[in-house]
Amino acid sequence: MTDRNQECIRNFCIVAHIDHGKSTLADRMIEKTGLLTSREMQDQVLDNMDLERERGITIKSQAVRLIYKARNGKEYTFNLIDTPGHVDFNYEVNRSLAACDGAILVVDATQGIQAQTLANVYLALEQDLDVFPVINKIDLPSAMPDAVRTEIEDVIGIEAEDAPLISAKQGIGIEDVLEAVVEKIPAPDGDPEAPLKALIFDSLYDSYKGVIVFVRLRDGVIRRGSRVRMMATGAVVEVVEVGYFGPGQFIPCEELSAGMVGYFTASIKNIRDARVGDTVTEDERPCSEPLPGYKSPQPMVYCGLYPADSARYPDLRDALEKLQLNDASLFFEPETSLALGFGFRCGFLGLLHMEVILQRLEREYDLDLISTSPGVVYKVYKTDGTMIELTNPSNLPDVTLIEHMEEPIVSAEIMVTTEFIGPIMQLCQERRGVYISTEYIEQTRAVLHYDLPLNEIIYDFFDALKSRSRGYASFDYELKGYETSRLVRMDILVNKEPVDALSFIVHADGAYERGRRMCERLKDEIPRQLFDVPIQAAVGGRIIARETIRQLRKDVLAKCYGGDISRKKKLLEKQKEGKRRMQVVGNVEIPKEAFMNVLKLDSGN
Amino acid sequence: MSSSWIPETENGRAMDQSLSLYIHFPFCVRKCRYCDFLSGPADSAAREAYLGALEREISLVPEFIAKRPVRTLFFGGGTPSLMEEDQLAFLMEALEDRFSLEEGAEISMEVNPGTADLEKLRGFRKLGVNRLSIGVQSFHDGELALLGRIHRGEDALRIFKEARRAGFDNLNLDLMSALPGQSPESWQGNLEIACGLGPEHISAYSLIIEEGTPFASMDLPPLPDEEEDRRMYHETGEILLSHGYERYEISNYAREGFACRHNCVYWTCRDYLGLGLGASSLIGESRFDCVRSMKDYLAARRWEDFHPEKILLTSEDRMEEFMFLGLRMTEGIRLAEFEERFGVSFEKIYGKISGKHLEEGLLAEEKGRLFLTERGLDIANYVMSDYILDR
Repeated sequence: MTDRNQECIRNFCIVAHIDHGKSTLADRMIEKTGLLTSREMQDQVLDNMDLERERGITIKSQAVRLIYKARNGKEYTFNLIDTPGHVDFNYEVNRSLAACDGAILVVDATQGIQAQTLANVYLALEQDLDVFPVINKIDLPSAMPDAVRTEIEDVIGIEAEDAPLISAKQGIGIEDVLEAVVEKIPAPDGDPEAPLKALIFDSLYDSYKGVIVFVRLRDGVIRRGSRVRMMATGAVVEVVEVGYFGPGQFIPCEELSAGMVGYFTASIKNIRDARVGDTVTEDERPCSEPLPGYKSPQPMVYCGLYPADSARYPDLRDALEKLQLNDASLFFEPETSLALGFGFRCGFLGLLHMEVILQRLEREYDLDLISTSPGVVYKVYKTDGTMIELTNPSNLPDVTLIEHMEEPIVSAEIMVTTEFIGPIMQLCQERRGVYISTEYIEQTRAVLHYDLPLNEIIYDFFDALKSRSRGYASFDYELKGYETSRLVRMDILVNKEPVDALSFIVHADGAYERGRRMCERLKDEIPRQLFDVPIQAAVGGRIIARETIRQLRKDVLAKCYGGDISRKKKLLEKQKEGKRRMQVVGNVEIPKEAFMNVLKLDSGN
Repeated sequence: MSSSWIPETENGRAMDQSLSLYIHFPFCVRKCRYCDFLSGPADSAAREAYLGALEREISLVPEFIAKRPVRTLFFGGGTPSLMEEDQLAFLMEALEDRFSLEEGAEISMEVNPGTADLEKLRGFRKLGVNRLSIGVQSFHDGELALLGRIHRGEDALRIFKEARRAGFDNLNLDLMSALPGQSPESWQGNLEIACGLGPEHISAYSLIIEEGTPFASMDLPPLPDEEEDRRMYHETGEILLSHGYERYEISNYAREGFACRHNCVYWTCRDYLGLGLGASSLIGESRFDCVRSMKDYLAARRWEDFHPEKILLTSEDRMEEFMFLGLRMTEGIRLAEFEERFGVSFEKIYGKISGKHLEEGLLAEEKGRLFLTERGLDIANYVMSDYILDR
């Protein structure tokens, strides 16, 4: 495919609130453009990770090239770039948007605009993309296309008069969307004769080909044998293969030219040589300046990750390195825990991001993991005038050396139907939220603006929000800044020994309640030992809560005769298996699951 | 018999040993509420059909097993004492046709006090049964009713005396502690009555509520908590010892020389052949169970129909079983025997973990034997599970 005719290229993405039908629309567009037979269609072609299918969200941005013969008789090349929809992945949305010239905004005809609709649309507009709306799910009885159309115009301020009314699920109106892409999304510009200037918007590690670099060409041409340079890292490589994105596969081609989206490989072994956001140019004839890249986002949530089987530490490191290749926002560095051994302190964009990474590590790399309590980055100002950014509670300096501490605060927008304003405000209050304002979108819906400490929302805020609004509230946030706060470190002592993996930073006012809850839960999670085991919660050396696990008194099978042996042996095997999963802290055996379970439960409703 | 079925033996060693036989009689008058054995009520025609199939199974026992002298024979159930004298005669004849019983073999039968009288017991004695295990459980009618037993306290007293009159000089009484609502005094009372009768052997079990039994889903009076249960257990040991019964296994007590030889075969991992519905066997390195469905059992025509599957135990399996079964006995395991059996040093396989439990006072070692201490007996599973090997 060497057609350099930019007129017939459209690079775009689809943005939507979660579950508004983005992936389904993408599937239909792929079907309609005839690249795949129905038989070949997986249910959702773009979401090729199991995890995504389960959660109904798209995590990794991916791309697919479609050929569309328009009503005007011309054949167009569409590059559809998939984007994640969740607030944690704004950074990935951004880098996907950077490869596009326009965006389709999908709005659910039954729900209207939601928090992430706004967030994503603003991201697209900030990137100067042309955005046109489509109204989905018009087949549902509760669809209100006219109201939604008005809402789009009033709230977002983009033209929605001729927004296609579609049902991606039923395949209604898909042609209209394809035609709208041709008409409303601008063709790329850029000079194919100029020096190569291409943005790396994603990458993937392949054990045969090395790093597969996803690029959007602004100017110039790239082909097999080109010597190219990564402007930020300075790495120079010779291109081995160029191509475009077929559905679920890479299809090699002769060259990619200005305005096109595709990939190249160059036997790049070191993942750091092809950084997402970097600009690729020609080694001999470099462009004068790189494209405005985008900074790696700062991780907002940290936790320790440890292999349940300490022998698998190197496997965990390899797995994290591989994931980082495809996910520049993942941060990790080695750390050691007395309770859990060797592991890593990992940084994530948010709690969902953390969960996704954890599950990918467990599923794709078959690792059994223990994670410590997730926390945010605190700023600790010491009496000597220095400041440290604290990501691991264990590293908190002695209280006497601390002048004051600051915690991250986010500006949150919560979109909610008016009947749930009360309960949601109460929730925000409980989470130390500061009320800013209420904005009515229409008579029955409002946006609540709150400032909330990030550490109050990283556990289960989203779930609490859903349960208190019967699923109707939606939520988005961005980091606002740091504010001084009365924070303390809570230590958990098992048999008088502090368990570093269970320490966490908490606001002084909530310390007692959480300490008590942690002790109660640990009591249930730690099996009885040969002696009484005290479980204590302490703040700055002062015990604020205590439980006792009574010693094991009886654990014996009264009967075991010939017919019982196999069955009784299974019980013993199960018991032994449980012991294998224990971590000895002090001289107490703690099941590894206990760490996870206690931390999970700690979120408390 | 298909030749492929023949169980592996260790250099023919298993063939030289004597054998223990277990015969399962899966019928009872009524299922007790705590019972999870393979048993249930049935009419006399069903019982007859079963005995016919059992005779067939006996006749099909492979020669290399059948030729081994039988040292112990145990009729268990269900309620084998439901059998009529002529039915037992029929079974004994079938067994004697196929096997040779050693001189002085221990021949035990479980007896429900509500299913036999003097005449029947005399008949059983005449047919060669020389040890009875009487399922007393309690002498307290309220407790018996709660358990769903078919007899009363006085039936147990009567049957004991009748057993003596019938000529039995080796009797066991089964008793059950930690019953719902049972007071320590009531339990002690049961023990005292049992000791007063003067049997040779007493089995005293803490009640286990097994899943799927009526007890598991019933509203029951409160069960003794663990502390109480253990107190009762320790008192049991003291009371029985004061009457001359020494604990030799977690729940078994006997006068000197009267430990149940048959049950000791299980705990010392020696060979036993189980015949009858669902019965388990260990022959050499093979473990196999008889089919558990009555329909399949009655339809079986070949030895392999009765025993469609067998499991070959690895040496690790056998080491584990040697340990966790051996440690049930108060004399524990003989360290030298471990090495004789497995040709590998005990120290190498279990030295470290044994050292830990010796240090914790859960195990003790004396005269080349390793055994559970009093505290170790209370939490035997905690210790035994450590003898399951990493694979």
